Amino acid sequence: MSLIEGEKEHILACVKEVLGENTKTRENLIPLLQQVQHKLGYLPSLAMEKIAEGVNVPTVDIYGLATFYNQFRMNPPGKHQVKVCLGTACYMVGGDITLESFERRMEIKEGETSPDRLFSLERVACVGCCTLAPVVVVDDKVEGKVTPTRVDGIMLALNEENGKAAAEQKPDQSEGDDNGHS
Amino acid sequence: MSEHVNITIDDREIKVRPGEKLLWAALENDIYIPHLCAIKEESRPNASCRLCFVEIDGIDYPVAACTRQVEEGMVVKTRSTKVDRLVKTAFELLLSDHNLKCSECPANRNCALQRIAKERGLKLKHNRFKPIGREFELDDSPAEFAFDRSRCVLCGQCIWADRVGAEAWIFGFANRGIDRVVTTFNNLPLAELKCNECTLCVDACPVGALYYKREQKV
Ligand code: SF4
Ligand code: SF4
Ligand code: FES
Ligand code: FES
Repeated sequence: MSLIEGEKEHILACVKEVLGENTKTRENLIPLLQQVQHKLGYLPSLAMEKIAEGVNVPTVDIYGLATFYNQFRMNPPGKHQVKVCLGTACYMVGGDITLESFERRMEIKEGETSPDRLFSLERVACVGCCTLAPVVVVDDKVEGKVTPTRVDGIMLALNEENGKAAAEQKPDQSEGDDNGHS
Repeated sequence: MSEHVNITIDDREIKVRPGEKLLWAALENDIYIPHLCAIKEESRPNASCRLCFVEIDGIDYPVAACTRQVEEGMVVKTRSTKVDRLVKTAFELLLSDHNLKCSECPANRNCALQRIAKERGLKLKHNRFKPIGREFELDDSPAEFAFDRSRCVLCGQCIWADRVGAEAWIFGFANRGIDRVVTTFNNLPLAELKCNECTLCVDACPVGALYYKREQKV
């Protein structure tokens, strides 16, 4: 995923800060990665490289660790985060088909973020409302019985919202869509 | 400490170096035990391939020979019903994630999987477990060799060669469970990394995953 303007400096500063505050040992790698991800929202390649350098372990080992645990993500969270449930109940009624529909509509694979960073797509296991299966969580809002037709509806709504937001907002790269979502 | 330890493997009495792992004691005395992941110099073996099981007198379950140190008076059997079952299952599971086309493979006739099959009378066929058929991109970026992950048995021999032999630190494991792979940082092609093509990893690969292009069949 290519970095956006100013992001490189932000990543470097953030990794530097985390490395400065922690013991730089192999045993401490997971907390280091967690803290960096907490600050950046994901683990960009550049951050993994800098952590590897700082702790003096091969970069491929950082990559191995980050890909082993589900809690780490290598792609930035999209403006809209869609999580498709593939827990047993949802899977049984076609959660995988729902996921595929999103993949097609967003033109990305599960675990990825669209190049414009508008959408990211993930899979989750049981959201806790199996009676609504197949379940999808869109920006923390639970959507039930999401068939491929519903996927179209959800995408339409999201795109409309983006269109409005783009029209209202002059090109301004400030943060602010990260907090306060309902 | 005495200079050697006496053990018995398959009714043969042998003298071995104290502290030696059972697997290497057997192999050095021409007693075959299947193995893929063991590395002699490694003090803490991965013991991940689960192929080197043996029975030891006094222990009522099979033991991985690559992890067990020899002890004076140890009596070992390389075969038993339990051992054979475990090895067969481990082998079949490996094959279920293996692109099994020996006639097209650069390692054909010089392959650790073929050897295990031959020694233990196992079939090199997909049978009980249906093939997973993971798809991988071939990395043929180096000039002399290529990496076809569809034949990788995840033994880790190349990682050891790359780290201890070449000190390049390029290869490692990534992902989890059935998605486990041997790969590079961000899955980058080898030519984009600090690989100087020393080919130690190719020589270490016991199957046809890392191979010389000149030996390529198709
Ligand atoms: S690695 Fe061995 S078993 Fe696999 S295809 Fe090649 S020769 Fe056959
Ligand atoms: S590439 Fe070869 S040596 Fe490396 S892990 Fe795979 S099978 Fe083993
Ligand atoms: S399995 Fe999807 S909500 Fe329970
Ligand atoms: S050689 Fe013992 S587990 Fe692989």
